[in-house]
Amino acid sequence: MPASLRELRQRRKSVSTTKKITRAMELIAASRIIKAQQWARSAEPYSRELTKSLSAVATLSDVDHPLTNEVVDPKRSAQLLITSDRGLAGAYSSSVIKAAERLHARQRENGQEVKQYLSGRKGAAYFAFRKRKVERSWEGNSDAPSYQMAREMADELIAQFLTPVEEGGVDEIHVVFTRFVSMLTQKPEVVRLLPLEVVEGNDVPEPGDILPVYDFEPDADSVLDQLLPLYVANRIHFALLQSAASELASRQRAMKSATDNAQQLIERLTTEANQARQAQITQEISEIVGGAGALAESAEEE
Amino acid sequence: MADPLHVEVVAADRLVWQGDATNVIVRTTEGDIGILSGHEPLLAVLVPCAAEIVTDDGRREIVALDGGYISVNSNQVRLLAQYASLSREISLERARVELAALQKIRDEGDATDDDVHRLHLATAQVKAAEKQHGHGI
Repeated sequence: MPASLRELRQRRKSVSTTKKITRAMELIAASRIIKAQQWARSAEPYSRELTKSLSAVATLSDVDHPLTNEVVDPKRSAQLLITSDRGLAGAYSSSVIKAAERLHARQRENGQEVKQYLSGRKGAAYFAFRKRKVERSWEGNSDAPSYQMAREMADELIAQFLTPVEEGGVDEIHVVFTRFVSMLTQKPEVVRLLPLEVVEGNDVPEPGDILPVYDFEPDADSVLDQLLPLYVANRIHFALLQSAASELASRQRAMKSATDNAQQLIERLTTEANQARQAQITQEISEIVGGAGALAESAEEE
Repeated sequence: MADPLHVEVVAADRLVWQGDATNVIVRTTEGDIGILSGHEPLLAVLVPCAAEIVTDDGRREIVALDGGYISVNSNQVRLLAQYASLSREISLERARVELAALQKIRDEGDATDDDVHRLHLATAQVKAAEKQHGHGI
């Protein structure tokens, strides 16, 4: 039996309200993503210079710094998982969490213990629901991360790394984040943050670009001491910025398809409501005609 | 005249200033250092300070840096710091208030690393703003 006209209209109204909301969210995400990309761009000069100087120091001096010490058989590692604060971003959080779980499984197979660090309320909710232990989590501003937050994370993680394993420190630190490839593709990625691999593959010096023989002040080790923590913070900042852009792109896409679906639903409900109204009118007319016919017949008989 | 220095002041989240200069003065852990055109390649650690840049046309730019480092290479000068701000962006009043508050925290002896860091930054900002006002630019 078709639903009543009133019911259909009610549903159509509620769907169009939902559509208004998802449409607004789509537009907000779209405008924020431009900002997020601008932030990512304006952070670029810093990353570039830092990487350049770091590779210069690394090439010119024997890098022997606690932050670059490789451990052959890591016993315990830390993982920083970057998720979003808010939902309605499609599969954004769940796919990055899945990548983190895969890393977990692999590390557990190797007999490693994993300390969990989180950024974003969604990740925190996931771990709280499963009653799993989280060392520390940062919340707020997942779609507009500040450098200060990255700095805080870096300080905490570096302290963990510099603590000996016997005293509860970690041998390795991984970051799981979502790389912003394009508006359509965002890829969860696992990067080893510490120990640092100083020579970055993507920053090959151009041919003819001879590394200058730098004079270090006060000396190469102190310069390295200063640069490496900055570099770690910069990597985290980079991951946060990438994740923010990815989150917004996912949200925009999710909200766009929600808006499209709502539109389709509205069209279907409108058709159904029109049919129901027409059926009602037809029925009323036939009732009137029938009633009039019956009256006429009874008048004739008299 | 010698080639000008090309200077970039870069903070973690933005490019603060760039342009040509004849002279750059910063404070390293070893003391003040002035960079002129043709300086040898240098990488030096900075302390929180107000860096002075004398531009091509003789103006002075003052930048508050919270540390970081300077790199000089064939007349390319880069000042990198996590936080940096031009002195004209700084409000002297606000920087002084913040500095006083942070000094109080420090004197009470319960400053966190973050507080110490902010103290350094505030010191640099006050210095930069005072330099700017002192010279009436």
